[in-house]
Amino acid sequence: MTHPSTTGPAPVLALRDVSKSFGAVRALRDVSLELFPGEVHALAGENGAGKSTLIKTLAGVHRPDSGQVLLDGAPVAFHGPGDARDAGIAVIYQEPTLFPDLSIAENIFMGRRPRRSLGRIDHKATHAATLALMRRLDVQLDPDRPARGLSIADQQIVEIAKALSFDARVLIMDEPTAALTGSEVARLFNVVRTLREQGAAVLFISHRLEEIFQICERVTTLRDGAWIASEPLAGMTEDDLVRRMVGRDLDELYPKQDVVPGEVALSVRRLTREGVFTDVSFEVRRGEIVGLAGLVGAGRTEVARAVFGVDRWDAGEVSVGGKALVNGAPSTAMAAGLALVPEDRRAQGLVMDMSIERNIGLTGLRTTVKAGLMDRGAERSRSLDWAVKLQVKYARIADAVSTLSGGNQQKVVLAKWLATRPDVLIVDEPTRGIDVGTKAEVHRLLSELAADGVAVLMISSDLPEVLGMADRVLVMHEGRLTAEIPRSEATEETVMAAATGRAAA
Amino acid sequence: MPDSLTRAVRWDTVVGALLIVVLLLSFGFVDGFGNALNLSFLIGNTLPIALIALPMTLLVVSGEIDLSVASTAGLSGAVMGALWNQGMTIETIIPICLLLGVVCGLINGLLVTRLGLPSLAVTIGTLAAYRGIAQIVLGSDAVTDFPTPYLDFASGRIGDTFIPYALLPFLVLLSIAVIVLHAMPFGRSLFAIGASEEAARFAGIRVKRQKLMLFTVTGFMASLTGIFWALHYASARYDNATGLELSVVAAVLLGGIDFDGGKGTLGGAIAGVFLLGALQNVMSLQDVSAQTQILVTGVLLVLSVLGPRVARQLAVARARSSG
Repeated sequence: MTHPSTTGPAPVLALRDVSKSFGAVRALRDVSLELFPGEVHALAGENGAGKSTLIKTLAGVHRPDSGQVLLDGAPVAFHGPGDARDAGIAVIYQEPTLFPDLSIAENIFMGRRPRRSLGRIDHKATHAATLALMRRLDVQLDPDRPARGLSIADQQIVEIAKALSFDARVLIMDEPTAALTGSEVARLFNVVRTLREQGAAVLFISHRLEEIFQICERVTTLRDGAWIASEPLAGMTEDDLVRRMVGRDLDELYPKQDVVPGEVALSVRRLTREGVFTDVSFEVRRGEIVGLAGLVGAGRTEVARAVFGVDRWDAGEVSVGGKALVNGAPSTAMAAGLALVPEDRRAQGLVMDMSIERNIGLTGLRTTVKAGLMDRGAERSRSLDWAVKLQVKYARIADAVSTLSGGNQQKVVLAKWLATRPDVLIVDEPTRGIDVGTKAEVHRLLSELAADGVAVLMISSDLPEVLGMADRVLVMHEGRLTAEIPRSEATEETVMAAATGRAAA
Repeated sequence: MPDSLTRAVRWDTVVGALLIVVLLLSFGFVDGFGNALNLSFLIGNTLPIALIALPMTLLVVSGEIDLSVASTAGLSGAVMGALWNQGMTIETIIPICLLLGVVCGLINGLLVTRLGLPSLAVTIGTLAAYRGIAQIVLGSDAVTDFPTPYLDFASGRIGDTFIPYALLPFLVLLSIAVIVLHAMPFGRSLFAIGASEEAARFAGIRVKRQKLMLFTVTGFMASLTGIFWALHYASARYDNATGLELSVVAAVLLGGIDFDGGKGTLGGAIAGVFLLGALQNVMSLQDVSAQTQILVTGVLLVLSVLGPRVARQLAVARARSSG
C-alpha cells in the first residue's frame, strides 16, 4: 500500500497495516494512516466503516491484532488511554464530559492542580495557567465559571484546553461539530487553525463534507474496515469523496418529489409556553414537507415536544385531522395519528438496553394485543416488517439496539413510528450524526411518505437539508415564528436572515 | 456480547439452582427440616415476604421502590385489632383495612408522581409515619381473639400435607402477577419505564399513571399481608412485620431484579423469596438467634446488589483480555 509522499516533517503518529477484529467482525483490515505536525487530516467513511475503532486504537483503548502504531517513527504499544495521553495524544469527543459543579480551571487541572506549601491548592496559579491556555486558543472564557451551563461548543474548547495542558501534540476530534451552530463551528475552526499553526497534528472526523473541505488538507477514507485512499483534498470534489466512502455513485441526496398538498392535517394555533415560545401558529397539509429552521435554542424542539404532548402548553391549541389534542398527553396525540421522532435518539427515541423488536413494539402496545395479552407473534412480525422495510442492518431482531450503529438506530426510531401509520410525522434532526448514505435513504423515505399523503414537519439545523427537502420553510427566532418562506424563495440567505432576526418581517 | 435478557435468564437459573441445592442439603443434613409440618411452617412464614414481593418486583422493575410496606402491614393489623376491640365484625373490618392500604399506597404514589420526589426518600418517611399511626391506634395492646375459622385458615394446612391453605390464594395472585408483568402491555411498559423513563414517555406510555397504580396496588397487597400476618400469628400488634421490607427487598434483588430498573423476572424474584425463607427456616431450626438472622439477611441484600455488578465487570474484563 503506497501513500502520496509528503514533503516536510516526519509523521508524529502513524498506523501501519493495522487490523482489529471483534469476534467475527473485522473492524479494521490493514489500515494505514499518517498524521503530520501542522496538518489537519480528515477521516472519512460511513457509519460502521471503522472510524471509531481506528480512533480508539490511536487513543490506546484498543490494541491492534496485527500491524503497528508508530509514534515519531518508532513502534509503541499503548496499554490504555493513559499511555496514549502521556504520549501527547488527546481525543475530543462529540459530547464532552465535564464535571458540571467544578469551574473551568478546576476541570482542566483536575487532579493535578498547582500546589503551594503543605499541599494547599494554588488557586492563583490554576487561574493564571487557565488564562494562558485560553490565550493560546485565542478564546475568552472565564476560568472561574462553573462548567454547568456552558454550551457544548464551550465545553469542547475546555476539553481542547485540557488536552493542551497535557502538552498534546495530536488532537483527535470525533464529530466535534455535530451539535454546534454555524457560528460556533466557525469559532471552533479558528481554534483548530491556531493549533495547526502551533504545530499540532489534528485528525478531524465529520459527516458534514463541506466542513472537511473547509478545514482539512488531506483525507483518509475507510470503507467496511478497509483503507481506501489517503490523498490531498485539493482538486477533489464532494462527489469524489462520497464515491470513495460508499463505493458507488450516490443516489440523489435530496430526492424531493413534487406533491399537490391536500387538506390540513396538523394545525397549531397561537401556541405558547411561557418563557420558551410565544404565539406560534402554522399548518401542515397532507403531502407536504414543512421545514422548521432556526438556530439551536430558538424553540423549535420545544414546540414539537408541546405539540406531541411531552410538555404542556400554557395557551393555544393543536389539532390533528380537525380533532383538538389534549394538553400534555402523548397517548392521545398518538391515537389521533401524530408521531414524533425526537431529537435525542439515545435518550428519547430508544430504550437502549431493549431489543430492536421490543423498541419498535413499544408503539404497538395497544394494537399487538389479543384478549388483553401481548400477541408476541404479531409484535414480532410488525417489528420485522418495518425493520426490513427501512433496511435496518442487524444480526438478530432480538439484539439490543445499543449494538447498532447510529444510522441504524435512527432507522429503528423511524420504524417504531412509521409502524403506527401516522397521518402527521414530526421529525426532529432526523439525520444528525448519521452517514451520508443513510441520510439519503432517510430523505427518500420522507419524500415517499409525503407522496403517500403524510404531513411531515421536519426540524433541522442542516440548512441544505431543509432547502433540499421542504415545500415550505418556517423559521423561528427566539421563541417566535419569524418567517414562512415558500420553496421557490428559500435560500441560505433568506432563511439565515430570518433565523438570526435580521429580516424585517 | 451478552444482552440483558440472557443475563437475567442466567441469573434466574442461578438462583433457582441455588434454591434447589439449599433445599436438598437441608433435606439431607438438617434435622427436622424435611417433615411436612416444618415445610408448611417454612411456606407459611415465607408467605408474607412472597405476597409483598409480587408488587415490589413490579415496582423495582419500573425503577421505584416502596420501603413503607411493612409499616402499612403493621398499620393494617393494628387497625384490624382496634376495630375488633370495638366489636365490629371481621367481615366489615377486612375491607376497611384493605381500603386503608390502598390509601397508604396512594399517598406514596402521589408524593412520588405529583411532587416528583424519589420513592426511596418518600417511603422511608412513610415507613416511620405509618408505623407511628399504628402505635397511636393500638398502643401496646395485642389483640388475639379473632374468629377461629379465620385463624385456622391463616395458620392451618391441608390435612397432613406440607401445603398451607393460604398457599392456594397466593398461587392465584402469583399467576396474576406473572401475567401482568410478562404477558400484558402494562408489564411490557414497566420494563421500558425502568430502563429509560424518558424514552417511555416519548413512546406515549403514561408513566406517572402507571407508577401511581403500582404504588396503590402495593399498598393494597401490604395491607392484605398485614391482615394475614395478624391471623397467621394470631396476634395484632402495632409492631407486626417490623423489618419485613428488608427481607422483601433482599429477596427481590437476590432474585435478579435490577435495582436500577428495567431487568428481571417474577420467577427469579419468587425463587429469591423462597431461598431466603428456606435459609431463615434452617437458621431457626439450628437455633440461630433472630439478630443473626437479620444480619444474614442484610449481608444477602448487599451481596445480591453486588453480585450482578461483579459478574458484569468480570464479563467486561474477560471480553477485554480476549479482544
